[in-house]
Amino acid sequence: MEAQYWWIIGGVLFVLLNTAAGLIWLERRMLALWQDRYGPNRAGPFGILIVLADTLKLFFKEDWIPPFADKVVFVFAPAVVVASVLMAFAVVPFGPGIVVADMNIGVLFFLAMSSLGVYSIVLGGWASNNKYALLGAMRGASQMISYEVFMGLALMGPVILSGTFNLSGIVEAQRGMWYIFPQLLGFVIFFIAGIAETHRLPFDIPEAESELVAGFHSEYSGMKFGMFFIGEYLGITLISSMIVTLYFGGWLGPAFLPGVIWFVLKTFVFIMVFILLRASMPRPRYDQLMEYGWKVLFPLSLLNLLGTAAVKLFIDK
Amino acid sequence: MGTAFYIAAAVAVLSTIMVITRYNIMHALLYFNVSMLSVAVVFYLYGAPFMAALELIVYAGAIMVLIIFFVMMLNLGSQTAGEERSWMTPGVWIGPSVLCLVLLAELVYLMVQPADTGAEIKVVDPKEVGKSLFGPYMLAVELAGMLLMAGIVGAYHLGRQKKKIVHRFLENSPS
Amino acid sequence: MFSLLRSMWLVFLHMFHKRETYQYPEEKAPLPARWRGRIALTRDPDGGERCVGCYLCAAACPVDCISLQAAEAPDGRRYPGFFRINFSRCIFCGFCEEACPTYAIQLLPDFEMAEYDRQNLVYEKEDLLINSQGKYPGYNYYRVAGMAIAGKDKGEARHEEPPVNVRSLLP
Repeated sequence: MEAQYWWIIGGVLFVLLNTAAGLIWLERRMLALWQDRYGPNRAGPFGILIVLADTLKLFFKEDWIPPFADKVVFVFAPAVVVASVLMAFAVVPFGPGIVVADMNIGVLFFLAMSSLGVYSIVLGGWASNNKYALLGAMRGASQMISYEVFMGLALMGPVILSGTFNLSGIVEAQRGMWYIFPQLLGFVIFFIAGIAETHRLPFDIPEAESELVAGFHSEYSGMKFGMFFIGEYLGITLISSMIVTLYFGGWLGPAFLPGVIWFVLKTFVFIMVFILLRASMPRPRYDQLMEYGWKVLFPLSLLNLLGTAAVKLFIDK
Repeated sequence: MGTAFYIAAAVAVLSTIMVITRYNIMHALLYFNVSMLSVAVVFYLYGAPFMAALELIVYAGAIMVLIIFFVMMLNLGSQTAGEERSWMTPGVWIGPSVLCLVLLAELVYLMVQPADTGAEIKVVDPKEVGKSLFGPYMLAVELAGMLLMAGIVGAYHLGRQKKKIVHRFLENSPS
Repeated sequence: MFSLLRSMWLVFLHMFHKRETYQYPEEKAPLPARWRGRIALTRDPDGGERCVGCYLCAAACPVDCISLQAAEAPDGRRYPGFFRINFSRCIFCGFCEEACPTYAIQLLPDFEMAEYDRQNLVYEKEDLLINSQGKYPGYNYYRVAGMAIAGKDKGEARHEEPPVNVRSLLP
C-alpha cells in the first residue's frame, strides 16, 4: 500500500511535468499547423527536442532579480503558481484508484488551490515594482477572483447531481450518463471560467503582451519565468482534466482500453481545444471581460444552479 | 495526527507573530496568509474538512487577495516601512502584549485542567454544515444574505457613472 | 457566441491547408528582381569602375553607413580611393542607389550576409566591386558625359556636338 502510494505520487508528478514541457512543443506545433506554418521542426524528429533546448536556455539564462524589486516576494511568487496547480492535481482521479489524495472535499480543494494561484500573479506583479507588472497583476487579480465565483457556481451542478464533493464519486456517478448532457450550460460556464483562471489566450489580459509588455512577469527571467511558463501549461492540463472529470465521465469509457488511457485521451482533446482557442480568438478588452463575467455568466451560473437543484429535488421526490 | 497538529499550530503561532512584527505591510499580509493556511490544516485534522476548504477559498483565496490588491495600489515604498518602525516604540506595543499574555496564561491554565470531553474526532461533512446552516441558523444566513445584497446594491450605486465620451469619434458608437 | 464557434471551426479547418512556409536554408524564397539587398559597385561595359566618387550616396544615406574618398586617375577618370559600407548600420533603403548619377551603386537581390563578427560586416571596395554591369547593361557614364578622359576628348561622347569655339566669330 505504502509503496504503491509513492508510485502514484511519483508517476503523477513525472507525467505532469513532462506533459507541461511537452505542451510547449505541442502548442507551438499546433498553432503553426492552424496558421499554415510548420513551427519548430529542426531539433530532433518533428522538432520535439526544442523542449530540451528551451529548458536548457531557461536554465542558463541570467536569473536576474531587479534591484528595485522586493526580493523575497519576487522569488516566492513563481513557486506559488506551480505549487498550487500541482497541489490541485492531488485530487484529480486519473483512473480507478489512481489518485493521490481521494479527499471527500475534492471539488472544494480544487477551488481552494486555484484561488491560491491568484497569489502568484498578484505577488509577482507587485514585487516586480514595475508599472506594467502592477497593471497586469491588478487585471489578473480581479479577473481571477471574479471568474472563480462562476467557476465555483458551475461546479456545484455536478456536485448536486452526484451528491458528493469527492471527484472519484462524481466520476462513478456518471456511469449512466455523462454530465455534459444535463449540465451543458454549466460546462460552458466552467470552460470559459477555466480559460480565465489559467489566463489563457482569449483572456490573457494579465499578460497582454501588446499592451503591457508581458504583464505580471515582465521583470522575470531565467527559470523564474520558466516557472510561470510551466505553471500556465500545468493550469491548462488541470482545467482540461477537471472538465473531463466533472463533465465527460473521467476515466469511464468502452472497456477495450484501460481507464487511464481514456482519461488521458479526453484530457488531450480539451488541451487541443485550449490551443485552438489561442489560435482563433482575439483578446477582449478588460472591461468587456469583467462585464461579460458579471452580467452574463454570473446570472447564467446562478440559473443553472437553481435549475439543477430544482430538477434534482423533483426527481428525488 | 498529533505531530501534524503541533507542526500546523506552531506554524500558525509563529506566522501570526511575524504578522504583527513586520514593518512592511505586504510581508505582514503574506504571513497572515500562511497563518490562515495552517489554521485550515488544523481544521482539516480535527474533522472539519469543509471548514478547511472554505477557509482557503474565502479567506485566503478571496478576501486576502482583495486586501493585497488594495495595498498593492497604495504604492507603499520603503519609507512607509521606516515610518512604521518609528511608530512602533515599546510604549505602544507593551500594553497589548501584556493583555495578550494574560489571555495566553488563562488559555494554558484551561488546557492543563483535566479534559472533561472525549478526545475523539467527529468528522463534520458538508451535508451537516448545510443542514445546520439552513436549519437552526436559518435566520443568520438570511440576515447575512440581506447584508450582502445591500452591499451589492450599494456597490452598484457607487460604481455607476454617467456615460463618458472618450473621443468625438466614439460619440455615436454604442457604449 | 455562434460567430466565435464559427471562427474556431474555420481555424480548425486550416489544419488541412497547404503550409506557406519556405524551409529556408534548403528551399530559397524567390526574390523579386527589384529586391533591395546587398549593395554592390558595378562596372562599365569596358570594365572600368562606374563610381566617380561624387559623395552623393554618402550624403543620401540616412544612417551614414557609406564612407568614401574620391581620387583621380592620370587618364582623367575619377574613382573612389576607398569605398566602405558598414552593413551593420545599413538599412537597405536604396536611397544611395537613387542618388547615384552614374548607376554605379546598386542593390542586389541577395540578403544572406550574416556574420559572427560584427567587423566582418564592414565591406571594403574590393568586396563591393563586382564584375558586372548590374541592372543597366550597356550604360557607360563617360560615353554620355562631356567629361574628357584619355581616349575620349570633349565633344566625342554620344549625342554630343563638338565644343563651340567661343573665341571665334564664325557661326
